[in-house]
Amino acid sequence: MLGKGITETITDLFFRESIKAKQSVNLLEVPVIDDPVFPTKAFSKFLSSIGERESPVVLDFGPALGSNVDYFGEQLGCKLFIGDLYADLERFSQAGNLSEFPAFLATRLSQVDSSVDGILCWDFLDYLERPAARVLAQQVVRLLRPGGTALGFFSTLDTPTCQYTKYLVVDEVSLRHQPYPATRGRQPMLLNREIVKLFSGLNVMESFLLRVNAREVLFQKPIYK
Amino acid sequence: MWKREEPLRKRMETVLAIDRLAASSSESKSSPQSSSEDRPSGQVSPVNIGKTAVLHGELTANEDLTIEGRVEGKIELRQHVLTIGVHGKVKSEILAKSVIVIGEVDGNIIATDKVDIRNAGSVDGNIVSPRVAIAEGAHFRGSIDMQREPSVGSEPALDSASVKPKVKRVAVAPVRELPLSRRSRF
Repeated sequence: MLGKGITETITDLFFRESIKAKQSVNLLEVPVIDDPVFPTKAFSKFLSSIGERESPVVLDFGPALGSNVDYFGEQLGCKLFIGDLYADLERFSQAGNLSEFPAFLATRLSQVDSSVDGILCWDFLDYLERPAARVLAQQVVRLLRPGGTALGFFSTLDTPTCQYTKYLVVDEVSLRHQPYPATRGRQPMLLNREIVKLFSGLNVMESFLLRVNAREVLFQKPIYK
Repeated sequence: MWKREEPLRKRMETVLAIDRLAASSSESKSSPQSSSEDRPSGQVSPVNIGKTAVLHGELTANEDLTIEGRVEGKIELRQHVLTIGVHGKVKSEILAKSVIVIGEVDGNIIATDKVDIRNAGSVDGNIVSPRVAIAEGAHFRGSIDMQREPSVGSEPALDSASVKPKVKRVAVAPVRELPLSRRSRF
């Protein structure tokens, strides 16, 4: 009986110490895995399209995510440009000078014309007002190589929730959505015809309406012979 | 009886593992390299550029190096590990075997083995390395080129030309979702 009591005390001591250690150790901080995973239809097609190319160059509008970098490195062996335009938008939003954002976007992407094989726009255009969206869409058209593809997500709801989303690749058919705070929500929803008009110069290769109130659109730059 | 003790043993093993991690982490947090007193005799202690040091120019070394101060220029550690410590601020081109970033780097990094941007580490520049790890909470802006294993001897080029990638074809599952064009909602 006594032995058991002592055992429990030592166990509790070790347990307390382990909790203390956990609190002080950054290495043990694991990414939140409770974030929901959603299916994606267009992402596998995007990968497939990029994978056919030799030495592909991919531009990601989202923030730097270690798991995505690993994934693209393994799957595509590509050169990956990480733009993190969400951080730029947040900076302009916090400074209150969003009217200057279209001009900023016009010069933000310094890559040369027709030099990128794939662009991951994610849902960034949902956060832009129409003038900024127009400028960015034309930058996408400018940067893509003939035959190159761009992937964009567009909401089907007018919900101005003040959060951005990190899209972590789980596999080619599912993405983990990890929300993080924003000072400004999504702008009024873009209609299909508006999207097509914004990206004039690109063809809509595939588009899917998902059950999670999102549209996935895959654009391709035509190859003129 | 033996079975009852099994969970406790497992728990103790876990605790010991956590303690080891905690010790190594606190070491790397305070100073990425342990002090020379802690090292066994005969083991070479890594060079450390202290917090108050400011260097301008070219830095070449044949041993592991930890930077806690400010460096501007070019850093070349052909076969060794460069650690930018938590207080380190580097504005330069870096060429090394492995680069660990806990502080700030503004410039391009070429590593023959690995670039590891730790939590709270920041890199603004292009990376050429076969392996890149970016921790949650790290900042990175630039390009990552993992297409080839860069040779430290040759002058690196940060473009993607003449590179053979290891392309893995991705199998595409048949898609049964109805295309938007056939839907009348939008």
